[in-house]
Amino acid sequence: MTREEVMKKLNEIFCNVFDDETIVLTDSTNANDIEDWDSLEQINLIVNIENEFGMMFDMAEVSDLANVGEMADLIMRKQAE
Amino acid sequence: MLKELLYPFDPNYILENKRKIKKTLLGQSDAFIEKKIAILGGYTTAAVKQIMELFLLNNGIKPSFYESEYNKFYEDALFDNPQLEGFGPDIIYVCTSNRNITRYPSLNDDAQALLKNEIEKYQRIWDSLKSRYHCPIIQNNFELPYYRLMGNKEASDVHGKVNFITRLNLLMDEYAQENENFYICDINYLSADYGLKNWSDPFYFHMYKYALNVNAIPYLSFNVANIIKSLFGKNKKGFVLDLDNTLWGGVIGDDGVEGIKVGPEESEGQVYSEFQRYLKEHKQLGIILNIDSKNDYENAIAGLKHPDSELSEDDFVEIKANWEPKDRNFADIANELTLLPESLVFVDDNPAERHIVSEQLKGVAAPELGSAEHYIEVLDRNGFFEVTTLSKDDLKRNEMYKQNIERAKAESSFSNYKDYLLSLDMKGIIKPFEPMYIERISQLSNKSNQFNLTTHRYTVSDIEKIATDENYITLYGKLIDRFGDNGLVSVVIGHIVEGVCDMDLWIMSCRVLKRDLEFAMMDELVKRCKEKGIRKIVGHYYPTAKNNMVKEFYALQGFTKIAEDEKGNTDWEFVISDDYKLKNEVITIQE
Repeated sequence: MTREEVMKKLNEIFCNVFDDETIVLTDSTNANDIEDWDSLEQINLIVNIENEFGMMFDMAEVSDLANVGEMADLIMRKQAE
Repeated sequence: MLKELLYPFDPNYILENKRKIKKTLLGQSDAFIEKKIAILGGYTTAAVKQIMELFLLNNGIKPSFYESEYNKFYEDALFDNPQLEGFGPDIIYVCTSNRNITRYPSLNDDAQALLKNEIEKYQRIWDSLKSRYHCPIIQNNFELPYYRLMGNKEASDVHGKVNFITRLNLLMDEYAQENENFYICDINYLSADYGLKNWSDPFYFHMYKYALNVNAIPYLSFNVANIIKSLFGKNKKGFVLDLDNTLWGGVIGDDGVEGIKVGPEESEGQVYSEFQRYLKEHKQLGIILNIDSKNDYENAIAGLKHPDSELSEDDFVEIKANWEPKDRNFADIANELTLLPESLVFVDDNPAERHIVSEQLKGVAAPELGSAEHYIEVLDRNGFFEVTTLSKDDLKRNEMYKQNIERAKAESSFSNYKDYLLSLDMKGIIKPFEPMYIERISQLSNKSNQFNLTTHRYTVSDIEKIATDENYITLYGKLIDRFGDNGLVSVVIGHIVEGVCDMDLWIMSCRVLKRDLEFAMMDELVKRCKEKGIRKIVGHYYPTAKNNMVKEFYALQGFTKIAEDEKGNTDWEFVISDDYKLKNEVITIQE
């Protein structure tokens, strides 16, 4: 999956989780940009991303993600493993 | 009920789409009962709450929630709590896990004393909640520990964590036996069912402070919601069961009573016997059993009289075995029992029947059963009959309903069967015999007994000959719908004598009854006749013990009866006019 495709899929997951079709993710999107994105939704997002991409993250990997771009980078790295 | 929220559900789908699902549920009905639920948690409970809300809405309960601060279940229960008092809960759910156990015994400890300490802590919680809030309490028991320091000895030694938790759970059960309005949420069973290792995956605790795998939360929430809906009178009251391939293997109309699979002789029969025993066990809980089957009534009863059948005619309150649409029978059953349709669970192996029943009768649960050996798993885990209290009336309920039937025999009307058929999105392939289907065509001619006008049997070589003979018109029919491919399910053979098409065979598999395929076959037959310059079709009906259902088949197709003998054999005639009007309006025929 290319990084572009990863971003597209992430965008779909965000739309589902927040039930908001208007969300458009960029690399710099973070919790401040989406109203309902609190620590609880963070958990929900990680679990759904794991399920959708068929991968499991280590604690260390997901502890300090700053924005969507870093999440996409992490998925790209895991994918290459 | 939303199919997405019936077992077997997809927990990932629910987690990802919970907002959308909630919106759908709220939009479906406005007849919710509103209840206030307090969750006192020993860990993060936000997702437990959110998902529980969906399952409650699906049962007609609209909850509002109070949620304790993180791991403040003990404080919330024992001390004055104006906020909780103001909330005035209808139910309190204490959501704890073995991570909340204060202290496990080490090898030098007095394990008994520690056990007493631990259970007394919980008893203080329950007693305090009871005296302050006077409402039902639901309490998680404990899942087994994630690791076993002493290995197997953990179970038998009083210092082992496995032993400790097992005894703690038994003490909780004792409290439940002695105190009304107190219910155990058995996460010990749930975690075993899910797989303890995955249930207790430490990642979720260290990362998010969930004491269970987030992906397992739908199962926990579902389980709690089932207890709650039971307490608020939303349990189901009975089953409406199909017969063929549901209570026994095979089709009794075709295979005969000696041919159906039930009983200890072989493995498939054993599966159905076990399922029948499972259903029969429900009677002691006052759950009523009914039958809704597309069969001649005599055949249905004959099947229940099978010497190895665990269930007998007497075990059922209502038996509808006829050729009416199943949703209509279902509605009649509910009506005669004076129950709402949604209080009965529809059990049928056929997805198309489940679809029509759950589409036509809103609120009826028609779970996806899977294969026969999983029927028990699916029905059981849905918790339709979750027992919270058992009354003497429950035990007599079967009798009560049997009397009620005698009273109401009003018939309910059904007006949009065609809409249902259209919703199936059916596609038909109707063509002259082709080599690749010869074997199936022969097989179908030998297996079909009910929808079979002449009961002529054909070998493979018979079919091969006919397929290439210019003097025959042959058609096979395949039917595909939104649930999948039904395969080759109808065969028509006519031979041409002096410009007339004389029908030797007309058969159809009962799995596609009432889908209008027979009309599509007729249209195609007429088309082929016209191409050959044939203007007349002659049909025959030869009665057997099993084909009563097609006695009037040719009349339905617009034929005129021209002869009848003393045995009931009838001959029919159809003149093909230039303005023949297509009979099939619901199946798209593919070229």
